[in-house]
Amino acid sequence: MLTKRIIPCLDIKEGRTVKGVNFVELRDAGDPVELGKIYADEGADELVFLDITATVEKRKTLVALVTKVAKTVNIPFTVGGGISTVDDIKALLNAGADKISINSAAVKKPGIVDEMAREFGSQCIVVAIDTKSLDGVDFVHTHGGRKPTLIQTQKWAKEVAERGAGEILLTSMDHDGVKNGFANEITGEISSMLSIPVIASGGAGNMQHFKDVFNAGKADAALAASIFHFKEIPIPELKKYLQAEGISIRL
Amino acid sequence: MEVAVIKYNAGNVQSVLYAMERLGANATLTDDWETIQKADKVIFPGQGEASTAMQYLKERKLDQLIKSLEQPFFGICLGLQLLCEFSEEYDTQCLGIFPIQVKKFPPLDKVPHIGWNNLQNLQSPLLAGLDESAYVYYVHSYYATVDPAFTIATSHYIEDFSALLQRDNYYAIQAHPEKSSLAGEKILTNFLNL
Repeated sequence: MLTKRIIPCLDIKEGRTVKGVNFVELRDAGDPVELGKIYADEGADELVFLDITATVEKRKTLVALVTKVAKTVNIPFTVGGGISTVDDIKALLNAGADKISINSAAVKKPGIVDEMAREFGSQCIVVAIDTKSLDGVDFVHTHGGRKPTLIQTQKWAKEVAERGAGEILLTSMDHDGVKNGFANEITGEISSMLSIPVIASGGAGNMQHFKDVFNAGKADAALAASIFHFKEIPIPELKKYLQAEGISIRL
Repeated sequence: MEVAVIKYNAGNVQSVLYAMERLGANATLTDDWETIQKADKVIFPGQGEASTAMQYLKERKLDQLIKSLEQPFFGICLGLQLLCEFSEEYDTQCLGIFPIQVKKFPPLDKVPHIGWNNLQNLQSPLLAGLDESAYVYYVHSYYATVDPAFTIATSHYIEDFSALLQRDNYYAIQAHPEKSSLAGEKILTNFLNL
């Protein structure tokens, strides 16, 4: 039976993890490769590396990092953050990334989704959508959720799926960092509407939130960062809990 | 142990090479006949689309080479589908090692089938040490139908399909063992030990 996926997300700046992590096993708390391997060994189903390096020059460290991760980690991983050209994508896929996530670049030039899907196949194209509700209507936001657009989130999700996205990574800016649970309503709405998987992100605070996003939110996968980094919820415990709650999970 | 990984126009071969490296095998990405013929083991990886892959193999006569090999041979993902008789993906005539049809999943659930799914009905030395609690990572929209003569494990998504196939020295897996954590490493190790 196909299982629901648990995905830790690692923020990377100039080749190092940024959000503080609290792992006693880590010799070097800033080493994304070592942290990724620990998560993989603990039972994470996939990893996401989100590059938040500000300058283009320093972004070149990303390809070297992806190579190291691919050599070390034996589960699939996605790389995202500021990726905007087919050349960027080619370099990252050739280095061993399984999937590439694009966000602002797709909003700016939607045709890039078609172009990428044609060139590399839908299976490696994740479109990340940051959404925020304004007066009860959900709008796409770009630039790490700072810039609002006039594009309605549900419409955009449908459009990128039609253009060839293989998966959608939906982050609710209303829920992100608040730890009050995922945005189950909009996640469920989009997941039911589309024939591609939806990864829910933003809002995980306890184990029940994961159960809710898989049941009420109909998410195919759930992504979180700090609760894993700070060991508030160890992945093995979370997966055992979800299985006991009747969710299909890989143990 | 010399492992030849067949080089053709398929995506994501790097991960297979890295997995071999982690397992201590000496793997070379190559389309050279002699290197492939002399290798102890041959891996036929793949991600992409069947018709352009077949065309590429034919143009370089790699289709003839693949059919003539006698050492343990392992098709992965698209590699499995290309070893079958025929694929619905652009109605492609494939290599025909397995007299099996490759079909598209009906749209009764999300397609592609992406994620971890377990193996069932395991029956091969290739799967020694694994049971039905073994999960492997899948990304595919087409699947090989089940044929009891060649199917050595199944998985279920919308339909039962061939998770692994075997005929003589030809083995194949629909999932990505190189991305399937310990279960995947076990399968690759078993293959290297054949």
